[in-house]
Amino acid sequence: MNRLLDVKNLQTHFFTRDGVAKAVDGVSFSLERGQILGLVGESGSGKSVTGFSILGLVDPPGRVTGGQILFDGDDLIAGGEPMLRQLRGKRIAMIFQDPMMTLNPVLRIDTQMIETVRAHDKVSKAEALARCREALVQVGISSPDERLQSYPHQFSGGMRQRVAIAIALLHKPDLIIADEPTTALDVTIQAQILSEVQALCARSGTSLIWITHDLAVVSGLADRLAVMYAGRIIEEGPTAQIIANPRHPYTRGLIDSVPQGKRHGAMLTQIRGMTPSLLNLPDGCKFAPRCPRADAACRVEPSLDPAGADRHVRCHHPHCDADGKALS
Amino acid sequence: MIVYLVRRLGQSLLAVMAMAVLVFLGVYFIGNPVDVLINPEATQADILATTERLGLDKPLYQQFGIFIWNALQGDLGTSFVYGRPALDIILDRLPATMELALVALALSVGIGIPLGVWAGLRPHSIAGRTIMGGSILGFSLPNFWQGMLLILVFAVLLGWLPAGGRGETTEFLGMQVSFLTWDGLTHLILPAINLALFKMSLIIRLARANTREVCLQDYVKFARAKGLSGRRVVLVHVLKNIMIPVVTIIGLELGSMVAFAIVTETVFAWPGMGKLLIDSINLLDRPVIVAYLMLTVLIIVGINLLVDVIYSLLDPRIRLSEMKG
Amino acid sequence: MTDIAPPAPPVRIDSPTRRIAKEFLEDPVAVVGLALFILVALIAIAAPWIAPQNPYDLAQLNIMDSALPPGETSFGTDMTYWLGTDQQGRDMLSAIMYGLRISLMVALVSLALAITIGTIVGVSAAYFGGRLDSFIMRIVDLQLSFPAILIALILLALLGRGVDKVILALVIVQWAYYARTVRSSAIVERRKDYIDAARCLALSDRRIMFRHLLPNCVPPLIVVATVQIAQAIALEATLSFLGVGVPITEPSLGLLIANGYDYLLSGSYWISLFPGIALVVTIIAINLVGDRLRDVLNPRLQK
Repeated sequence: MNRLLDVKNLQTHFFTRDGVAKAVDGVSFSLERGQILGLVGESGSGKSVTGFSILGLVDPPGRVTGGQILFDGDDLIAGGEPMLRQLRGKRIAMIFQDPMMTLNPVLRIDTQMIETVRAHDKVSKAEALARCREALVQVGISSPDERLQSYPHQFSGGMRQRVAIAIALLHKPDLIIADEPTTALDVTIQAQILSEVQALCARSGTSLIWITHDLAVVSGLADRLAVMYAGRIIEEGPTAQIIANPRHPYTRGLIDSVPQGKRHGAMLTQIRGMTPSLLNLPDGCKFAPRCPRADAACRVEPSLDPAGADRHVRCHHPHCDADGKALS
Repeated sequence: MIVYLVRRLGQSLLAVMAMAVLVFLGVYFIGNPVDVLINPEATQADILATTERLGLDKPLYQQFGIFIWNALQGDLGTSFVYGRPALDIILDRLPATMELALVALALSVGIGIPLGVWAGLRPHSIAGRTIMGGSILGFSLPNFWQGMLLILVFAVLLGWLPAGGRGETTEFLGMQVSFLTWDGLTHLILPAINLALFKMSLIIRLARANTREVCLQDYVKFARAKGLSGRRVVLVHVLKNIMIPVVTIIGLELGSMVAFAIVTETVFAWPGMGKLLIDSINLLDRPVIVAYLMLTVLIIVGINLLVDVIYSLLDPRIRLSEMKG
Repeated sequence: MTDIAPPAPPVRIDSPTRRIAKEFLEDPVAVVGLALFILVALIAIAAPWIAPQNPYDLAQLNIMDSALPPGETSFGTDMTYWLGTDQQGRDMLSAIMYGLRISLMVALVSLALAITIGTIVGVSAAYFGGRLDSFIMRIVDLQLSFPAILIALILLALLGRGVDKVILALVIVQWAYYARTVRSSAIVERRKDYIDAARCLALSDRRIMFRHLLPNCVPPLIVVATVQIAQAIALEATLSFLGVGVPITEPSLGLLIANGYDYLLSGSYWISLFPGIALVVTIIAINLVGDRLRDVLNPRLQK
């Protein structure tokens, strides 16, 4: 059986008046069925654009300019819009960041859910409605009939995100791409949604790509992590290993800047500098200007090399060698 | 909702009253009402009779009372030219104007919204730019001049369509209308296009701007991510959102269409109430002018009221907040 | 590695006017519009000196030259009528130059008056607030809910024809736009601390209103004015076309078009068409300038 998703050397560029912004520049990763991948990075690192590229939803002036996206063996880029339309909502669903913005304000919830069912399955309205009701119950919304008759503005943010998740689940997709779905929510709601999504995916065997800037959120959820910086994956591997033994200085910086609780009063370390502009990237390693370990070798861009079992890192001076031994 | 309606109705009444005061002051205060309202060729006895009937010898506030009282009973004076009640003459002409305005509205909406949405979906395409360029012309060229060009091209040079008049009419719902006969329809096309062009440009610009804005919203992307067809995304998700501002403008503009019909009717010799107004101004038939004004004010205020109600029905957010407030 | 920081390049801070002029000139279409408008304005100003004839000096007209098509030569003199003549044998080129003069004059005078009135009313409403404010804004809203052409038409129907009356009607129609614009930007400024500071200094109301509040209202005022001046020209032309505007002794472009309109159907297109083109070129030129000014002055679009 082939892998569910295989992204190879994906290139998504934005053709702006000020130049070409390579938002995604040679990203490769893969995903097994039922696996949860955390795609981590700062804003502007290209993690959301990667997600949108898979579904073919990059808005102009952006365009997927190269690479392969193999979904269950089919190349989505070659298949183009007709193939993507069959997959969207049906086999690949997406959950967006801001639940206040994802539901159409002038359409009732039932309209927005039923149309999703009927976009792929030619069923009667009543049958579609029954499935919507079921999906709402699944995400923990009580009195679904009443909710279905409402407009989005009558819901709280958490409730709206549940509706969005219910919509994503309507066709029991193979893959859900979740683009920071909890960042706009209160912390308590965040935790609820997180655990529910985890449970739902585990139950149905759905794969999940969880895009986030928050390492703390994803570390408890994802099987694997891919850390992105300036349009590239700079480190990739099993979650537990990366959290315990980050190899790339940037990943290390990300982990160190999460408050740890146990070291009360300790200073938080931070990554100095700012994310570079995609229009004006440095030559060589893109992280070098902010990197404490950078030297002359970093003027040449490192490649994403294997670093231990099942791990890859894009660095000339990783924190650990391939066997996990610490390097100075 | 009822509270909202009542409050809105009150505002409308206030607007009508304010305009009535202005018209009254215009007629009774700026000029000598005897000159304004009494036929210059009237005999001394006529003048006395009218003076008494309108109470022109009474104090101003009483005159205003009489004016309003008469207006409420539909008495807005008697035309000097036709010798009939001014309101009747105008009401005779009302169907022609309404037909013209409604057909023009249908044209401007029916053509303007699709073009505007099209231009909004593909703002940088050649079609999108052409539509915008055309709408700027429709916007900045004076209405009467557009009408003249239409006549010059389609009536004089090409000879395809008649240059003026209403053509053959037929009875429809108790009114004489043109659009049901072939002859009438050919007479209707040019004036309707002329009246529609300005509003069409307005609607195109509005629809385009709103389409562009709505298309950037996450909910449109989400709708696409749900696997909906491009048609459904545009026709349901985008269109329903842009309809709110567009309906508002359409409503407000319908009122101004009745006013703008004055120009179109004059250019195309369309026998509506706008043409009647211009003729009356030239003939100094002031009671007709007053009656026209009061009726038009009533129509415009009434339309604005209607639009607000439709607006609140279209946008669930407004409906809710108004019901609470 | 010791880097010696290069001396910072001297930063020239452009004055706002300079920046606006610079940005304005970046758009070739707007520059063409501006050039056209300047040309039109110069023609209007210089009409009495550059027009081939004085179209309203009856002694110069030759009835034999009636309704000549463009390019014909006069029967009496050797003058060529490049744009033809009207029914009275009047040179259309000259008539258009004079008509332009009246059209622009009416529009500009009414613009100046309407801006003055609208600004005073708008700033007062914003500054004093309260009842005065809501009273003024009620009137403004009421007036703006009726089409401008209707109000102007009714005024002129009651007042009669005349250049002064057209100007009055245009002022009455337009002041409300300026009042609303000025008020809305003045009210934003009004809430800022420096106005309170100015009051603590016991500056007079008038000084605060016009020296402190007003300058902040200028950009939106210019934006509205560029839209309104084109509207005013078109409205005047429409009113004159309808026969309620300027008198026949001082014909504007609109009246010239109306005069030629009767002959349009019989094929003498030039009497109406050329004044129309002059009118349209003027309006488009102003709109091109206005569009660009709007972009340049709009703070939301500034980077």
